[in-house]
Amino acid sequence: MLIEQLVTSFIASAAFGLIFNVPKKLLAHCGFVGMSGWFIYILFVQYDMDSIFATFVAAFFVAVVSQALARMYKTPMTIFSVSGIIPLVPGGLAYEAMRHVVVNDYNMAIQLAAKAFMISGAIAMGLIFSEVINQMMKTWASR
Amino acid sequence: MNRINEIADVCLLAGKIMLQSGAETYRVEDTMIRIAASFGMPYSHSYVTPTGIIFAIDGAGPTKLIRIVERSTDLQKVTIVNSISRQISSGELSLAEAHERLKQLEGKNLAYPFWMQIAASAIASGCFVIMFQGKWSDFLPAFVSGGIGFYGLDYVHRLVKLKFFAEFFASFLAGIVAVLLVAIGVGNDIDKIIIGSVMPLVPGMLITNAVRDLMAGHLVAGLSKGAEAFLTAFAIGTGMAVIFAMY
Repeated sequence: MLIEQLVTSFIASAAFGLIFNVPKKLLAHCGFVGMSGWFIYILFVQYDMDSIFATFVAAFFVAVVSQALARMYKTPMTIFSVSGIIPLVPGGLAYEAMRHVVVNDYNMAIQLAAKAFMISGAIAMGLIFSEVINQMMKTWASR
Repeated sequence: MNRINEIADVCLLAGKIMLQSGAETYRVEDTMIRIAASFGMPYSHSYVTPTGIIFAIDGAGPTKLIRIVERSTDLQKVTIVNSISRQISSGELSLAEAHERLKQLEGKNLAYPFWMQIAASAIASGCFVIMFQGKWSDFLPAFVSGGIGFYGLDYVHRLVKLKFFAEFFASFLAGIVAVLLVAIGVGNDIDKIIIGSVMPLVPGMLITNAVRDLMAGHLVAGLSKGAEAFLTAFAIGTGMAVIFAMY
């Protein structure tokens, strides 16, 4: 079950790297970043953590790993982080929200949309936190 | 004077390629200023928005402006311009060499073959079904509808230069195919199949870039990219909504 999740998230993230035209030798790295982010997400969700918090931690981890890889290969960080955060995007929730909108069930739709919005915010916050830590380390290193 | 002009041209060309290939705005500005500095022009200004670049070298030459109409995602070009800029900074490339290499890069098509991109989005769609706790019996229908949806995106985008309509149509097409496949008995869970097959259309690149630009203080670029991401998500949602309304 877990293996299945890891393998599919690896393949999906690498496939996204290909769609975004990431250089061939870095495709597997994209897959790895996506897999590790997804692993953290499902681990947290499995232990009954809130999915918003799980998304935040996973996005943060994706960004940190991407930054490390970017420094190692001297490439822009986006290459790794983009395909890494795709699995975390709340596609399922947004879909459910849309379904409820269509049948005029706005109460449920707003609830779901708010949650999808919070999860998107958690992704953004994860990216921001890793950037903050990155800049702090740079400042300390240059002292 | 001629040399200053050529420096400005090299900076603008590098910036243009990066912006068209989907680099973050702050990275484009940073790269242009770095290139100018390594060619002996330490005081230059570059103002980049998703739709245009304004570049000036302090006290020398006219200010130049480039309009960017078409943007796509090509991270390979971003990487190559990045490494050219690094080589310029370390003094490995002369002005003429850098100009030549950027000109060559601009005309090149480095994208993976189209069938490979379709295959990738088809496989990704299938994998997303499994990741969202779907069953393996739904892998194949998501594979098919995801691939067809992505093909539709490209086809319509070439037909009409209206990105949002292409996205709307792609998610609509993916939904139709999913409904048809379930109707003839291939696959069970229509929800999972549709979610999986629209995932390749998700504006992941825009979301990350919007956040990173906002953080770097590029409010105009960050907000406009955020708006683009929102519109894309809205187009995808509308495409699905039409399916439900009919279904």
